Amino acid sequence: MPWLSYQKALNRALGDELARDPAVFVLGEDVRVAVSNVTAGLLKRFGPDRVLDTPLSEQAFTSFATGAALGGRRPVIEFQIPALLYLAFEQIVNQAHKFSLMTGGQTRVPVTYLVPGSGSKTGWAGQHSDHPYALFAHAGVKTVVPATPEDAYGLLTTAIRDDDPVVVFAPAAALGVRVDVDFDALAPVPLGVGRVHRAGEDVTVVAVGHLVHDALAVAEELAGDVSVEVFDPRTVYPFDWDGLAASVARTGRLVVVDDSNRMCGIAAEVVATAAERCDLTAPPVRVTRPDGAVVPFALGLDLAVQPDRAQLTAAIQKVLKQ
Amino acid sequence: MALLTTVAAHAPDTDVGLYRTVRLIRRFEERAVELVRSGDIIGGIHPYTGQEAIAAGVCAALRLDDMITSTHRGHGHVLAKGADPARVLAELAGRATGLNKGRGGSMHAADFALGILGANAIVGANGAITAGAAWAARQSGGDQVAVSFFGDGAVNQGVLLEAMNLASLWRLPVLFVCENNGYATTLTVSDAVAGTITGRGEAFGMPSATVDGMDPRTVLAAAREAVDRARAGGGPSLVECLTYRFDAHHTWEHKARVRYRDDAEVLSGRERDPVEIQGVRLAGGERARVDAEVESMMDTAVAFALDSPHPDPVGALDHLYATGMRARPGGGG
Ligand SMILES: Cc1ncc(C[n+]2csc(CCOP(=O)(O)OP(=O)(O)O)c2C)c(N)n1
Ligand SMILES: [Mg+2]
Repeated sequence: MPWLSYQKALNRALGDELARDPAVFVLGEDVRVAVSNVTAGLLKRFGPDRVLDTPLSEQAFTSFATGAALGGRRPVIEFQIPALLYLAFEQIVNQAHKFSLMTGGQTRVPVTYLVPGSGSKTGWAGQHSDHPYALFAHAGVKTVVPATPEDAYGLLTTAIRDDDPVVVFAPAAALGVRVDVDFDALAPVPLGVGRVHRAGEDVTVVAVGHLVHDALAVAEELAGDVSVEVFDPRTVYPFDWDGLAASVARTGRLVVVDDSNRMCGIAAEVVATAAERCDLTAPPVRVTRPDGAVVPFALGLDLAVQPDRAQLTAAIQKVLKQ
Repeated sequence: MALLTTVAAHAPDTDVGLYRTVRLIRRFEERAVELVRSGDIIGGIHPYTGQEAIAAGVCAALRLDDMITSTHRGHGHVLAKGADPARVLAELAGRATGLNKGRGGSMHAADFALGILGANAIVGANGAITAGAAWAARQSGGDQVAVSFFGDGAVNQGVLLEAMNLASLWRLPVLFVCENNGYATTLTVSDAVAGTITGRGEAFGMPSATVDGMDPRTVLAAAREAVDRARAGGGPSLVECLTYRFDAHHTWEHKARVRYRDDAEVLSGRERDPVEIQGVRLAGGERARVDAEVESMMDTAVAFALDSPHPDPVGALDHLYATGMRARPGGGG
C-alpha cells in the first residue's frame, strides 16, 4: 500500500473536496504557490477562482470568508501561523460562530479554518509556537486536532462539509507522520468521535494531536508492566465524553497529555468531566505546558515547556501507585 | 409572510416612496423608544432618528435581491430594505415572532430572504462580510450589489480599511456607506479622524463622494450612481453621508444625561429634518394619507409585538449550530 504523510493527507482532502463540491474554495497567504505545501497543485487543478491569494489582512479575509459562506460558499482559510488566529478571533468567535444563533437559524456559516503547523516547530520562538485549540473549544467553536494522516484527511473533509465554522489544528509535530494506507479507504471522520489507538486495562491516557504518537510510544515501552489504553479525542469540541467514560470505566485511572497551557486547558476539562462522571480509583494527572507558558527560543528552553515522554511515563507511574 | 406591507411594495424610489420610508422609520423609532421607556424592550436601542434619509435613499437604489449589512443603529436600514415592521419590532421586544425569533434583538436584526445579512454590533465589522457576500454572488454569476452601512466611528477600524482594500483590489460590487453623524458615542469626528473619510476610499482607488445625508433624493442619486457602477463591474465606491443624530447615542442617555453636545447644537442640528425635507415635496393630501397609513401600521406593529409569545427558555441554545449539535445538558456531564 502507498505511504501517505499527514501533510499530503491535508492536501488530498482539499483536492478531493474542491473536486466534489464547486462551492468549496481555498484562500489565504501564499496558497497559490503553496508555501506550506498543503495547497500544492490546487491552483493548477482548480484555477485562481477557487484558490485565492489574499493580502496580509487576516481580519478582513476571515470575515470575507464569512460573507462568502452567507452567500452559499464553503471557504477553507489557511492560516500561516497559529497565532494569526488571535488577530481573527473576533471574526471567528464573535462573527462567524454567532450568526446561526443570532439570526434565529436563518443562516449557516460553513467556514473551515486550517492551521497546518500548530504548536512548537522548535526554533520559532514565542509568537509562532502556540497551540490555541482550547480557546476555540471554550468559545464553543467546533475544533479538531487530528493526530494521524487518515484522521487528518477524514476530519478536514468533515470540517469542510460541516455547516458550521470548524477550526482544524494540524500539529507541526504531526505533519511528517506517515502511514501505509489504502487511499480508497480514506473517508470522512465524524466530529466528536474519539479513537482508541491502543486498548489497555490499567490506565487511560488521553492524548491530543501529535502527543498521541508519544503516548503510543510510552505505552509500548511500558507494555511489560502496565497496560495503557490510548484514547485520542480527535475532536476537542464537541468532545467524545461517552468514549472517554467508556475507556475510564475499563481502566479506572486517567492521565491527560495536552500540549497547551495548563490553566483552563483541554486537560483540565477532561479531568473535571471524568471526576464528575466516572469512578476513578486514583486522582487523575495532567501533563501539559506550564500555566501561562510562552515558548522561549533556545532549543532546551522550548523543549522544557512542552510535555514529553518522560513526564508522561512519570504521570502513568504516579496514578498507578494510588 | 409579512404582516404589514413593506417598503418594497411601494415604489421606494419615488418621492412618495422616499417619504413613506423616512416617515416609517421615524415613527418606528419613536414608538420603539416608548417601548424602551415602558420596559417592553430590554437593553435599549440606538435610535436612527435624524438619519432616515440615508437608509431610505440607499435602499431605494437597490433591488430586492441586493444585500445589505448594518450596524448597532440598524432599524432604519432593515426597514428600508423591506423588512416587516411588525416583525422587526417583535424582534426588539424579544418575541418568538421576531425576525430572528428573539435571538438577535435590536443590534442583530436580519432577514436573509430580503438580503439583509444582519445588523452587527461590532463597529466596522460588517465591511469584510459584505465584501465576501458580494464576491460569492459574483462567482455565482449574479449581478447583485452589497451595501455596507457604517458610522464615522468605523473609519478608524483596521478591519474596515482591510475590507476596502480587498473590495477595490478584486473590484467587488460593494457600496460602502459612511453615515457621518459627527459623533462616535461622545467622540467628535474632529477628535477621531485624521485626514478625511473620503480620503480613505480614494486611497484604495475607489470613487468617493461626500453628500448631504439629510435629503433622501440626494442620497438616492449618489447611491444609484455607485450601485449602477458596481453592478456594471466598475468596482466599489464610498459615499459619505453627512447627517445628524437627533436622539441619544443609545437610550441609556435618556437617563444618564451625558453632556457632550449642548442644546443649541442639537436644536440647530434638528433644523434640517429629512422627514420635512421630503415631506414638503408631497401634496398636502398625499402626505396626510401616508402619515395615516404609517400610523396605523405602527399601531398594528406594536400590538403584534406585544401580543406575541416570548420564546420558550428550553430553546435558549437552539440554532447555535446549523447541524443541530447541542451543548451538554446543564453544562454537566
Ligand atoms: C469595535 C467596537 N468598539 C466599540 C464599540 C462600542 N460602541 C458602540 S457604538 C459606538 C460608537 C459608534 O460610532 P459610529 O460608528 O459613528 O456610529 P453611530 O453610533 O454614530 O451611529 C461605540 C464606541 C463597539 N460596539 N464596537
Ligand atoms: Mg457616528
